[in-house]
Amino acid sequence: MEMLSGAEMVVRSLQDEGIEHIFGYPGGSVLDIYDAIFQSDKIEHYLVRHEQAAVHMADAYSRATGKVGVVLVTAGPGATNCITGIATAYMDSIPLVVLSGQVPTHWIGDDAFQETDMIGVSRPVVKHSFSCRTAEEIPIAIKKAFYIASTGRPGPVVIDLPKDVQNPLNKFPYEYPKSVSLRSYSPTLSGHRGQIKRAVAALLSAKKPVLYVGGGSIIANASKQVLELAEKLNLPVTNTLMGLGAFPGEHKQFIGMLGMHGTYEANRSMHNADLIFSAGARFDDRVTNNVDKFCPNAKIMQIDIDPTSISKNIHADLPIVGSIEIVLQQMLDLLEETKATNDAESINAWWDQINEWRAKDCLAYKTSETHIKPQQVIQCLYKVTKGDAIVTSDVGQHQMVAAQYYPFKEPRQWINSGGAGTMGFGLPAAMGCKIAFPDRPVVCVTGDGSIQMNIQELSTCMQYNIPVVILLLNNRSLGMVKQWQKMFYGGRQSHSYMDSVPDFVKLSEAYNHIGIKVDTIDQLEPALVRAFELKDRVVFVDVAIDPEEQVFPMQVKFGSMEDMYLSPTERTDA
Amino acid sequence: MRSIISVLLENEPGALARVVGLFAQRSYNIESLTVSPTNDLTLSRMTITTEVDCSATLEQMMKQLHKLVDVLRVSELTEGSHVERELMLLKVRTLNSEVREEIKRTADIYRGQIVDITPSLYTIQLTGACSKLDAFIATIGETSEIVEVVRSGVCGIARGEKALRG
Repeated sequence: MEMLSGAEMVVRSLQDEGIEHIFGYPGGSVLDIYDAIFQSDKIEHYLVRHEQAAVHMADAYSRATGKVGVVLVTAGPGATNCITGIATAYMDSIPLVVLSGQVPTHWIGDDAFQETDMIGVSRPVVKHSFSCRTAEEIPIAIKKAFYIASTGRPGPVVIDLPKDVQNPLNKFPYEYPKSVSLRSYSPTLSGHRGQIKRAVAALLSAKKPVLYVGGGSIIANASKQVLELAEKLNLPVTNTLMGLGAFPGEHKQFIGMLGMHGTYEANRSMHNADLIFSAGARFDDRVTNNVDKFCPNAKIMQIDIDPTSISKNIHADLPIVGSIEIVLQQMLDLLEETKATNDAESINAWWDQINEWRAKDCLAYKTSETHIKPQQVIQCLYKVTKGDAIVTSDVGQHQMVAAQYYPFKEPRQWINSGGAGTMGFGLPAAMGCKIAFPDRPVVCVTGDGSIQMNIQELSTCMQYNIPVVILLLNNRSLGMVKQWQKMFYGGRQSHSYMDSVPDFVKLSEAYNHIGIKVDTIDQLEPALVRAFELKDRVVFVDVAIDPEEQVFPMQVKFGSMEDMYLSPTERTDA
Repeated sequence: MRSIISVLLENEPGALARVVGLFAQRSYNIESLTVSPTNDLTLSRMTITTEVDCSATLEQMMKQLHKLVDVLRVSELTEGSHVERELMLLKVRTLNSEVREEIKRTADIYRGQIVDITPSLYTIQLTGACSKLDAFIATIGETSEIVEVVRSGVCGIARGEKALRG
């Protein structure tokens, strides 16, 4: 059998797992692993400028491809800098394997230099973690980590690797396990037959159904089944922020995103539905608004691979545990077998009602002679990219506007931090996507607050030539904070104004990138056209937008789903 | 409502921390917790007593426990017929022979045993359901000064055929 050191085992195990790209930052506790990487020609490593960005890159790489993202960092601060990234991935169920160095085993517990209990620090935000105390444990721990990270409800897994375990002088027999099974872990994939029958019957008898599709449908690669079921039964479909792209944004049955900044028609349809069929969504507080007023007349049907997501916030009348793809296919097969269908007349009447709500055109906005509106920027982006770009975003107003005004055609096209709401996610995320898909246009839609949270990655872009487009909706403020202060804090703008945003054009040029400043609407489209034509350069487009523009619709706090502000002055009848 | 949850989990480093962390993280309350390896040394058996406000919370708690990768089985004991026991060691001051006799009598009534004696102290061992131990503490407290109490937390098992096995 081949003899390898612990450090070599780490690299070989990753290779044998089929990993091509890893993201990380070296340091004392992982020098042996980095030395093994130096001698490997199969793994491409990207050196970031801050470990948080490495995790976001791996995370977005995973979101865009469906593969597991891999991160390698050193002990102590290297590891703790990953926590925000790990928490981000955890909240959105993204499979990651994070390898962190650790002080030698005989120093653990002695407060050694750069010692942090990474297993302890990361525990609340990982799916699982391993600490390898001998080199022989490494291959099996890595195999298990990939298995756990990528199956069931995916999530991040941390592997702690003490320095002495990596020692290049100690060689051990190496064999990478072909498969792994854990007696305490076996996710349910197929739906219970009885429940499938009941679900189909409920769906067929519903007069006002809504198909509520979340990020779980994207993770499970269930878009085909979602589309087929929706079309077969002429169901109205709404996507969560995380589900955008799971159902095509320009499909006539798509009624928009739902929730806090969802469309008028999506939120009213939910509230007035008699059946809500949730596929991979978790009734998050940003969707339900006040749970006591949530969809009073609806029977709730929920598919999720994670039993804890079922009936957590809203009681599910008809729960189904399983993979969305498999369960929906089971339902489609049953429909095919029985040739049963729903009552076209009542569904048409439901559509008449929905179309009446649609006619409100809640995403219409007033343009201005003097200012560029953020909505115009996103619509222009859609036009210039023909709707084909991978769009990443940070967190705030720009994120909501991108979600509302860029109708995503397909899954894994919209990459954002939904659950954790992590500012600073967008740029490294765009880089991760570009590394996964070098030939596709990738754009990071960001704000002047968010972009400065990981702006150092412009340097990583320079080192590896990762030509992403950065589209900054620059309102010189923390827009969403300001919006809340305007609406709920008597307009007191406490620390939501950026008094000194840098000259982003000059900053980009300092990193040998191209910066374009856009101040007027007529400069916008040419700037974006140029940005996407320059395929081998990072282009930073800094668009000065109306600093007073707010995001609407917006649900009224403590209200039902259909309680919304439609503009600063218009509110739905509560 | 009071619940007793039995958990069968991998006997591995960190497994207990994951369970305790889960309770803290989701603000679930732990009244008592006992854990020890089983006859199969690769498995640990844990008994958690908790106070929950409704059955939905209990259901969520059990699902969250089961979601932990190390956890094999989770079961609630109070739903069915079960046996629960707790061990208590209690140290009391024995000032004179009258008090000593009274303590001995009370311990006998509760089927407790005196396991250690000094000229001025008795240490009593008592097992039973929590309510019995509570009652004993109250009774003995009227006779003498309680110096120290240590309770093991509840151990529980279902009656009959029902079993939690790997």
